[in-house]
Formats: sequence, structure tokens, C-alpha cells
Amino acid sequence: MNRIQEKMKSGHKLLSIYFTAGYPDLEDTVPILEALQEEGVDMIEIGLPFSDPLADGPTIQESSTAALKNGMHTELLFRQLEGVRDKVQVPLIIMGYFNPVLQYGVEAFCKRCREVGIDGLILPDLPLDVYQEEYEELFRANGLLNIFLITPQTGEDRIRKIDRGSEGFIYMVSSASTTGAREGFGEEQKAYFERIHAMGLKNPCIVGFGISNAATFSQATHLAKGAIIGSAFIKMLTREGKAGIANFIRSIRPGT
Amino acid sequence: MKMSKYQADEKGYYGEFGGAFIPEMLYPNTEELRQNYLRIMEEPGFQEEFRQLLRDYVGRPTPLYYAKRLSEKFNTRIYLKREDLCHTGAHKVNNTIGQILMAKKLGKNRIIAETGAGQHGVATATVCALMGLECIVYMGEVDIARQAPNVARMKMLGAEVRPAKSGSRTLKDATNEAIRDWINNPVDTHYIIGSVVGPHPYPDMVARFQAVISEEIKWQLKEKEGREDPDYVVACVGGGSNAAGTYYHYLDNEKVGIIAVEAAGKGVESGESAATSALGKVGIIHGSKTLLMQTGDGQITEPYSISAGLDYPGVGPMHAHLFKSGRADFIPITDDEAMAAGLMVSQLEGIIPAIETSHAFAIFDHRQFRPEDIVVINLSGRGDKDLQTYIDYFKL
Repeated sequence: MNRIQEKMKSGHKLLSIYFTAGYPDLEDTVPILEALQEEGVDMIEIGLPFSDPLADGPTIQESSTAALKNGMHTELLFRQLEGVRDKVQVPLIIMGYFNPVLQYGVEAFCKRCREVGIDGLILPDLPLDVYQEEYEELFRANGLLNIFLITPQTGEDRIRKIDRGSEGFIYMVSSASTTGAREGFGEEQKAYFERIHAMGLKNPCIVGFGISNAATFSQATHLAKGAIIGSAFIKMLTREGKAGIANFIRSIRPGT
Repeated sequence: MKMSKYQADEKGYYGEFGGAFIPEMLYPNTEELRQNYLRIMEEPGFQEEFRQLLRDYVGRPTPLYYAKRLSEKFNTRIYLKREDLCHTGAHKVNNTIGQILMAKKLGKNRIIAETGAGQHGVATATVCALMGLECIVYMGEVDIARQAPNVARMKMLGAEVRPAKSGSRTLKDATNEAIRDWINNPVDTHYIIGSVVGPHPYPDMVARFQAVISEEIKWQLKEKEGREDPDYVVACVGGGSNAAGTYYHYLDNEKVGIIAVEAAGKGVESGESAATSALGKVGIIHGSKTLLMQTGDGQITEPYSISAGLDYPGVGPMHAHLFKSGRADFIPITDDEAMAAGLMVSQLEGIIPAIETSHAFAIFDHRQFRPEDIVVINLSGRGDKDLQTYIDYFKL
């Protein structure tokens, strides 16, 4: 069983952290992974930087631009991740845009993911139908789960279709927004969380976008299996660097 | 539906190019459009309003003009399709008229657009003023600085011009910002894309609105020459909307040669170029699979051309397919060649073309035509907006 699926069986609410590979410094990727595991983070999304990240707000755009300037590229990320499984056991997901994967070669990319111990991919601009027609077998053959997104605007039929096509979890985008765009959740989000919960999907949902602190983490995970923090974590890294990781994670889940 | 080798199939593919590579956040917006655009465009009421506005507001049909002195110089028969005479000075308005009517049919009350040189931004601001809709135009910070007159025009028309400050701060980043706005405003907003780019159904929809150009060429040429089909149709290609409109009714008529003129900037191999067919590889930009200028690692690179309307790192999927299939002949033209051609057309025909269009007039040094050939060149825009660039270049 894939590490992601194993983790979904856990009894507690899951905290997943997103960060951009190669930021703040080029060689920070593995030290950040180790620090996050040390603090008990349940799952980690490693952002593969892209020049034109359409679904991201300014924080992740800027960290991506900086990472590319630092010299991050796809093959370098894989080289950094070689041997990481000797040190880091939490599920690891690469999140990025489809074009860099396409240029690396989708098959070669999947094989390298398998070699270094990646468990899943989130490629927001690889649509479900193209994935199913062209790439699903390849992902499966390399033990990779492909994670799909739903949003408050996603219709019920499409959510069911995505649920059928998903393994691991569904990435539940909290509101109609790019990453990092919201502060706190309103009634609209709560109604959306309830609506999705009531659908009884086969996959657990992990909420992302707009989670930045203990309060929003708790709201987001009231009905969902877990939540993902990205922009707020990157802002902290910009401010405090790796030294701030322990305090940041402890502030999200006090007492754990 | 008739079979076409060169138009979009129902999933929005032109051969291997096109499709909709979009994050799920954009799925409802594009799906709503995809499910409705053909039906709405075919409604008699829609067509009637579209045609009436093109006639009375835009000034169509635009003339098909026999360019006598140019023809003599190059010893062939050259016709100019005068899109420069459209209201706002370029073909862009054909599409914005169509899309604003589409937006109204879909019940949208907020319009967003991207712009590079500002021509599409002005055309969008114009139709929003006409219809009384809120208009926000994203424009790269760099472009805002170098296209001040068009920024002023948009503001005067009541639009808000928002600077795109990310990435290279030019057209591709303005497009990114417009897409992000659409993600954040999925219900009330329509995004008027200015070229035959973006996710399905945009390339097909924009091409259909611009197809009025080739529709007119056919009957106008019939009147003048007794035949609908020229030997060649010629247009400059950035994203490719004026080219798509010029080629549209001739795509599957292989007796008509298609010539696509790209901006080679300082030379295809100079590192400062926008010649996508020569320099691009298959990739994904703004939701479409197409030919794309990028690094080996799949990062999108910044193109260069003296013409702000041609410096897009991709090309519409229709054009990628026309290139790959060999249906169209792609000719790269440098800045210097384009500027010289612009001056030539000004002095031979009394028409100052937009620098984008000037590229198309430089083909005669690269291709030989027969005396009896009929060559139709789309004169896509007028050169007023480029006066400062012409002044600086020629030290006028």
C-alpha cells in the first residue's frame, strides 16, 4: 500500500505542508523535509517551481521565481531527493505544473519519482480526462497516486467522477481563489465543507488554500481529514528561514 | 458538422494541439462557455446583433484594396484587406464585439482581459463602454510604461488598467493575472481573451469571430477578380488571431496557399526572437498544448520583437497544427526587415501599418510570386500606436 493511503487510515487530523523546492536556498529541500518530519507533519508537498504558476497567488509565485533564480530544475530536485527515504518516512508528493513534467518526459519523470520514493503527484493543469486516457497506467506502474482538486464551484456529477478516478485523497480547494488569497473561512466555506462531507465520498478530503494558523486549520479539518498549508509556511520561511519551522508547526497544532 | 482537417474538433484539438489544460478551478467557467458558445453563436438573434454592430459600429465590411504600386514593384497582384480601418484601428474589435455579446448571453456583468501592446485592451474597453459593463484590463508593468497612449485610451473609455507585476511583467504575465482573476471570480466574470490562444473553446471561438475577415475576402475577391480564391493569403502571427481570421474560410481549400509571418526579432538564432515555429517545442501555455518557447526544463521564456503585439512565447494551436502539418508556410522576419517594409508601404500606398503588420510586407524578399498570382495580405492594424517606435527607429 502506498504511504499516502496508509497515512489516510490514521486516527487524527492530518497536517500537510507545501513548500517550494529550492527556496529560500537551493539546498534547503532536504533539510526542510527533515525538519517537517521532526515536528510531526503528516505529509509533505514539494513544489516543483514553474515560471508561470497560474493557480498560485503572489507568495508561491515569488518563491517559485526565486527558486528558479537559485538554479532549481527538475533533475536537480530528483538528485537532491536521492537517498531521502533513508531519513524521511512521511508521504511525499510533488506538486507542480504539467509543462516541466512534459519536457522531462512523463515516463522518465514517473520513473524518477519511483526511484527516489515519491508517493504521489498533484499537477493541477493536467485534466482528469487527459490523465485517464494517456497517463494513468504509467502512474500506476510507478506506484504514484495522482491527486485531483475540487472547488466550491465543482458540480456534484464531476465531484463523483473525480472521486471514482482518485485514490489517496481529494484536494479540496477551500474557496474560489488562487493560493494564499483568503484569510479565514466564512459561512459560505462552512456550507461547502458540510455539503462535501454529506456526499460520503470514498476518498478522504484534505482542504487546501486559505489555511494559515491554528484557527483555520481547526475549521478546515472539522469535517475533512486534514488540511494543507502552503503560502503561510512560505511567508514564515521568507521571514525566519528554516529556524522558524518548529515554532510554526507547533503553533498550528498546539499540544500535539 | 463538416469534416475539417484544420479546424478544431469537438474537444478543441487541432491535430495534436489545443485542448484544455486548466486547473480544476477554471473548469466550471470554461465548461459553461464550451457547452454554450456554438449554440449561442448560431442563434439568429445573436448573429443579427453581431452583424449589425460590425456594420454600423466597427465599419465593416472593410475594403479589399488592390495595391497597385506594391503590385508593380513586386510584379504580382497584391490585395490588402483593410482591417486597419476598423473602429479602434485593428482587427481585434471583431472578437471583442463577439465576446461581449457572448458574455451578455451568459449573464456576466464583469469583463476582464489581458493586453500586450494595448490594442486588445482598447478593443475590450471600447465594447465594455458600449455595453455599460465593468472592465478590468491586465497589462504587464513593462508594457504599461512603453504603451502610454493605449493605457490612456483604456482609462478614458472607463476601464481599470491593472499592472501585472509578476514574472517578466509583459503579455504572458498579464495573461496569467487575468486567468488568476477569473479563478477568483468564477461566477459573474467573463474573460475576453484577445487571441486564438487559451483553453478550448477560446481558440475556436475567437477564430470564428475573426472569420468575418476571410468571409468578406471571398465575396470581395469574387466581385473584383471573378473568383473567390486567391493564390495566397498572408498574415502576421503572434498569438494568431488576425491570421486565423484571414485563413479561416480557406483552411481546407488546399489550392489557396497559406503564409504565416513570424517575428524573428534580431534574428531567429540571436536569442532575441519571437519565431515560435522555429524555436518552440510542444508544451502547455495558458491552458493550451501548442508550440512554445521554453527552456529544456520546461520554463517558459520571454520572447523578443520590436512589435509588442507579436512577442508571445506561444502560438495558437491552430497555427501550431498548420505549421506541423505543412499546410502553412512560416516565414520569420526580423525587426529591421519589418521596419523597412513598413516604410515602403507608407510611401508606396500611403498607409502606415502597425509594426505587427509590417512584418507581413517583408515576405517579398523571401518568396517569389508569379505575375498572375493573387496575394491577399491582411493589413491587420494601423500604425498610429507605433509612431514613437517608428520615430526612434528612423530618427524622424
